[in-house]
Amino acid sequence: MISPVDEEKVFKALADRSRRQLLDRLRAHNGQTLSELCQGLDMTRQAVTKHLALLEAANLVVPVWRGREKLHYLNPVPIQEISERWIGAFEKQRLRALQDLKKALEGENDDQT
Amino acid sequence: MTKPEFVYVTYISSTPEKIWNALQDPEMTKQYWVQHRNASDWQVGSPWRHEDYESGKVDIVGKVVESTPPRRLVLTWASPADAADAAKHSRVTFEIEPYEDAVRLTVTHGELEPDSPMLHGITKGWPIVLSGLKTLLETGKPMPMTARRRTKPPQ
Repeated sequence: MISPVDEEKVFKALADRSRRQLLDRLRAHNGQTLSELCQGLDMTRQAVTKHLALLEAANLVVPVWRGREKLHYLNPVPIQEISERWIGAFEKQRLRALQDLKKALEGENDDQT
Repeated sequence: MTKPEFVYVTYISSTPEKIWNALQDPEMTKQYWVQHRNASDWQVGSPWRHEDYESGKVDIVGKVVESTPPRRLVLTWASPADAADAAKHSRVTFEIEPYEDAVRLTVTHGELEPDSPMLHGITKGWPIVLSGLKTLLETGKPMPMTARRRTKPPQ
């Protein structure tokens, strides 16, 4: 289970277009350095650094040191955890609804025969 | 060392020993790793295989490269068709580190063939497996979707 604090961090991190843009760039090309990530972006290096720190705190970006180079990797696991939490719940509800419908219809059938 | 292609991290409220055991115990893997088990004697140099818990159909094969319980496990990883072709083997590293009051599990998957079906499969698969493992260890119950056998790749 993802803790409420972590969940909050993930939603906050995802609530910003620039940060989603950084995640998209990592999805297209994983393991980039800060300089590589800044290329062609309409953001200052400082802004990118700040956004990356928030993404790291939310565990959506994982830093890996290779020598003196810091590489950034997209980590979709927290999004998967959130998705399963909500979709899992909906799925259960849908199954229960189907179960109820089945019972109701079978009950109806019993009445007719 | 080549640059890893994918790095997945999850924080689990558990112990390194329990996580280590959960990667190898068939009764655990069948609950979070799409009804599969990992079979090996887990000695360095030994083969391992990822197979369907019930039918035994083998989906992934490889060798144990490094085993330092309960901290670090390195495996090679290939589809059975590529078992003889070392160039097509990728490499998976599990790192288990205590982190504050939880444990940080990092899975690094590298040396993958570009645009291979394996690459596409693992990018969908790892987040599901890791998040399933976290739920199982923290709640004692599997998530319905990870305990189920996957009959076709998720869309």
